[in-house]
Parts: sequence; structure tokens; C-alpha cells
Amino acid sequence: MSSRRWPAGEDGEGTPRPAGPVQVEELAAGRRSFLRTAAAGAAVAALSGCGDSLEDFFRRRFKELSPEEVARVLERVERRNKERFGKDTTVRADGARPGVEFGYGLDISRCVGCRRCVYACVKENNQSREHPQIHWIQVLEMEKDHGVDLAHADLYYEADAVPRPGKFYFPVQCQQCRNPPCVKTCPTQATWKEPDGIVVIDYDWCIGCRCCMSACPYGARHFNWAVPTLPPEELNPDQHYLGNRPRPKGVVEKCTFCIQRTRRGRYPACVEICPVGARKFGNLLDPESEIRKVMETKRVFIFKEDLATHPQFYYFYAT
Amino acid sequence: MSGVSEFLRGSVREVTTGKRGYWLWVGFLLAAVVVGGVSYAQQARQGLIATNMRDDVSWAFYIGNFTFLVGVAAAAVLLVVPAYVYQWKPIKEVVVLGELLAVSALTMCLLFIAADMGHPERFLHIVPIVGSPNWPRSMLTWDALVLNAYLVLNLVLVLYLLFRTYRGQPYHRKVFLPLVMLSIPTAISTHTVTAFLYNGMASRPYWNASILAPRFIASAFCSGPAVMIVLFQLLRRTFRFEIKDEAIWKIAELMAYAMFLNLFLLGAELFKEYYSAGEHLLYTQYYWQGIGGHRALVPYAWLSLSCSVLAFVLFLVPRTRRSFPTLNLGCLLIWAGVYIEKGMGLIIPGFTPSTLGQIYPYTPTAVEWGVAIGVFGVGFLVFTVLVKIAVPILVGTFRAPGAIATGHDTPEGPGAH
Repeated sequence: MSSRRWPAGEDGEGTPRPAGPVQVEELAAGRRSFLRTAAAGAAVAALSGCGDSLEDFFRRRFKELSPEEVARVLERVERRNKERFGKDTTVRADGARPGVEFGYGLDISRCVGCRRCVYACVKENNQSREHPQIHWIQVLEMEKDHGVDLAHADLYYEADAVPRPGKFYFPVQCQQCRNPPCVKTCPTQATWKEPDGIVVIDYDWCIGCRCCMSACPYGARHFNWAVPTLPPEELNPDQHYLGNRPRPKGVVEKCTFCIQRTRRGRYPACVEICPVGARKFGNLLDPESEIRKVMETKRVFIFKEDLATHPQFYYFYAT
Repeated sequence: MSGVSEFLRGSVREVTTGKRGYWLWVGFLLAAVVVGGVSYAQQARQGLIATNMRDDVSWAFYIGNFTFLVGVAAAAVLLVVPAYVYQWKPIKEVVVLGELLAVSALTMCLLFIAADMGHPERFLHIVPIVGSPNWPRSMLTWDALVLNAYLVLNLVLVLYLLFRTYRGQPYHRKVFLPLVMLSIPTAISTHTVTAFLYNGMASRPYWNASILAPRFIASAFCSGPAVMIVLFQLLRRTFRFEIKDEAIWKIAELMAYAMFLNLFLLGAELFKEYYSAGEHLLYTQYYWQGIGGHRALVPYAWLSLSCSVLAFVLFLVPRTRRSFPTLNLGCLLIWAGVYIEKGMGLIIPGFTPSTLGQIYPYTPTAVEWGVAIGVFGVGFLVFTVLVKIAVPILVGTFRAPGAIATGHDTPEGPGAH
């Protein structure tokens, strides 16, 4: 592919929709919504001046916020970032673009297991560096004579040089399932699937029960067991509310296909960094996209197909 | 309602009077609560990193204790069925004590869930109207619903019964019996829904077996009544509280059948896993044999099985069932066996190996033990206080001024015991 932009034929930053919730659910403007607004309004009025945390405590679910309310929420997140890291950040909430459904392809025959994607992802997405160390991408080293067999997979391989003889590498991250078991199991609707296929989490709504982590067959969800350790000088200031904004302790996080990048027409960080071009990304609805070419010319397979999660993440062997 | 303040004052008096043994027990429980408070403070400060749970084993000791206690809560009330069928004389007492045990066990369940949450202060997000419960799709919303419904039902029943008795008024069978009958399916549903919480996860083959809910019920029928048997003996000794030996022996006999069923279902599960020996065998293997050098759970697996089998034999043989030393030993063994099986033995192998085939050897930290000790302290304290108020009412020594103390009074209407 000559262009490094995922929407074929488009250049520049693309034309994302203005900040605002992805789906404004008209139905929610009913009694529940009114009661909540009334309660929140009364509480905020009574306790005004007590800071952003109270306003966050009494706000409604992200998907039910008006564009103005979203703007206020984003301002609060930026203020919190400033307090916590002493840095200016830009927090957006770009919605899904119409006519876009993201697809990801991973070429098993090319991956060499260098884990550059793992660390590019950590950097881009502001993951906790240590205690706990959080990696959204997990590269498994597998044995060639066993094939894709988790009983013979090593996540913690240490090698002087990769690829090692007799081994191949199988990176796993959120598969952005069309039938996501994590979304089904979440008791508070704090996680949902967006129209472009990205499964997102509202870190301010998650209660930290970890049902989704039990339900995910891909180990793609990670918990902030402590306040994430994130050095201010390494903070990525370019943030999305549903993606890489810094997380509090006690909530779950996961790969979002770099929502802060891809919704603005860029590639995910892991795709960009891959030194062997094993990672492909694009719009499944665009017949000219790279991912569609992969699906038409290669034989793709999905991971754990027996669970009928129907991922938007495909593996293939190009050679 | 008139006399409520009188009742409350009387209750405080009942709770604050006791012999040296009682105060030692209460002091012991308060110490446990303090240990729990200190441990939880540390966890709240550091986050759940103070536990040994990690991404690969993301539920562990707390959720194991929760699961076990749901069983205790469910089974305590299920004793109503044999009490009714076999026409035990003190049916009301059995119902009340079972319900008090259920209330205490549910208190512990909710505390364990709260301790396990990353953001317990956001619990309103699961509540209708102010929150956004993912009902009916999420099993946890169902679990919250049935557990709280069961808690409220038990509280209403027991308060109604005790307050009527306290005022020397007969209770209405038309109110009482339907509520008791309703509490039975609710008890079953609490434990079934809790089983479904794990059972519904296709990502965890160790739990994703239809046998899970029946096994939950069978093992609950063992652990819940074990507490009741010990309790009945204690109350018989300290109060003028009549419960026949035959009733206790009958409970023990029913427990033997329940344990047989539990062991049979376990055998069915083990046969299926080991004979077909597919890739899902690994989880069962991790529990019973260990994988490679990872054998942390193996001693507990066999200890649990030994306890359960021994208790089964003790309860099956009429002579050991009818001798109180061996009967109580059996209760202890059953409690231990089911505690391991429905706690760590259920949760940890579900996560080991992880969904990506990795093994994280989990053992609880001191903080986790501390919090658990605290929760059990609260639970037993709640139970002690409730029993201390309820039993004097039931035996007729704690009555409203002017009410006639008649001891075991009878319900109104025909057909009463």
C-alpha cells in the first residue's frame, strides 16, 4: 500500500465528526433521564464548589450526555490530567464515522515476535508501566510442531534474538468481537460496542467488578490493580475519552484499535511500528481497503472460532 | 407501631446481658472486625494490588468466599422443607433460625462483593433509575436482584414473626406460610443464579458445564444445615429451647443424601474430563494433580475430598449419625470440605491456565485473609446479635409488657401444630 492512511484515497486528518457522544439515545430522554438530571442537578447545586469529582459522581452515563455535557466532561478530564501530570492535554470524543467498520489483519507468517508493537502500544495508550505492568498486546511464542496450541504457548519468553528456531509468534489483543461476551456480562453498561466496531469502556462508569475479564476468551481486558504508574514526561497528550486518557485505579481497560488515531484517519500505533509489515488495518466496508485485499487474496482465520464471538480481528498466513 | 422503642430498648438489654462466655465470643468477633477494618483500609489505600489477584486470576479468595456463603444462605432456609414435611414440633423456630442465618450469610456475601470491587462507591450504577443496570443480559444484575430480594424477604418474615410473638399476638398463617413458601424458590434461585454467573462464560471451560448449578445446590444442602445442627445443640444447652434429637438426626440423614449427590456429580464431572481428555482437561488437572511444578491447589483438592467422603460415611451410618461427637465432627468436616470445594476449588481452576494458556500461581495475601476474617467477624456478630434477641422471644422470656408469656405459642387458625 502506498498510502499509510487507512481510508484509501483520503488524505490529511480526515473529517471526524465534532466531539459528541456516538449514539445519542433519544429514548433515554424519558423519565429515568429526567430523574437522574434532577437528582444530579440538585446535588451539584447543593455541593457546588466541592470540585470535579462530585460532578463526575452525579453525572449520567456517557452515551446519554448531550454534546454540551460531553464538552464539559472532556474539560474536566483535561483539568484532571493537568492536576495529575502537570501537562496540557487534548481530550476528544470523536464519534464513529458513518460507513466505517474497522477490520484488523495479522500475518502469522511474518510476525517475528519482537514485541515492538507491545511497547509502541504502551507508549501511545498511556498504560501503567509497572506495578502493575499493563500490556494490551500479548505476544505468545508457540511451537511450530504444535501449531496454535495454548497449552504450548509462552507469553513470557526471553530471547536474545527472535525469531527463535522452531518457534512462531502469535500476538493477541482485543478482537473487537461482533458478539462480545464482555459487553453482555457488564452489569452497568460501562462497556459497549461502537458502530465502527470498537468495543470501548467508560472508565468513569466502570465499577471494577471484573465480570468482563472473566468473560473475555482472549485475555484482552486488564485491570488497574493500583493507580497506574505513568511518568509525566511519557504521557501522550493526544487523547480520546473512550481510549487512551489516563485511567484511575480500579477500572478495566483494553485495546481500542487506537481510537484516538483511527477515528482521525490514522493507523493504530502497532500497525505503524511493525518492522515486518505483519499488521494490516482498514475499513471492512471499503472494497479498496488493505484489509479487504487481505481477506480476498489470503485465507484468514479467527481465534477461538468455536466460541462464536465473531471477531473483527483476523489472522492469516501470507506465505 | 406502638411499642417499637420499647422493643428496641429490650433488644439492647438482651444483647448487652450475657455470661462470660458470651462476652468472650463477642470480644473475639469484634477483634476480627478490627483486623478486617485495618486490612481493608490498606487495600483501599493501595488498590486491589494489595491482594494477589492479577489479570490472569482476576477473581479469587473474596469471590470464593462469596460463593460458599450464598450456599449457606440458600440452604439455611431450605431446612424449612423437611421441617414442614416431617412435622417437626418447633417448625417456627427452625424457620426463624434458618432465616437469621440466611440474613447473616447474605450480609457477608454483599461485603465480600464490595471488598472485591474496584469502585464500590459506584454501586448505584447497577441500581435501576439512578444507574444503568444491564438487565436482563448481565448475570450479575440478576444476582444482585435475587440476593437483595432474598435478604429483604427474610428480614420481613423474621421481623413479622418475632414482633408478633414479642407482643404476645399469634401470627397469621395466611401471611406467614405463603411468605415461607416464597422464600424456598427464592433460596434456590439465589444459588442457581450465582452458579449461572460462572456457568454462562464460554471463555472458562471449567465453569461452562451444565452440572455446575446442580452441584451448587447439592453442596449447599450440606454446608448450610451443618451450621444449623451445631446451633441447635448450642441453643438447647443455653436456653429452654426444645428441639428433638430425631429432628437433628433427620437433618444429618438428609445431609448424607445431599453429600452423596454432590460426590456423584463430582464423579460424573471427573469421568467426563479424564475419559474424553480434551484440551479442557487442563483445568481439572490443575486442581487435582497440578500442571508441571504448579501444585498449589492439589493438597486442598484431596483434603476437601477426604473431608467430604468421611463426613458422608459418618452421616450415613446410623450409629455415628446419632452420636453427637461424631455428628459434630461430620459437620466440621462437611463445612471444611465444601468451603474448599465451592471457594478456592471452584474459582482458581476456572482461571488456571488463563485464556491464553498461562499459569499464575495464586495464594491469598495477608490483606485478603484479614479482610475475610473481618467479613466473617461481621457476619457472625450479626448472627449472634440476632439470635440473642430472637431466641428469648421464641422461648417466651422476652415479651412486651403486658403480653402473656406462653413459651411456644401457637399460630391461630385450624391445622396449626
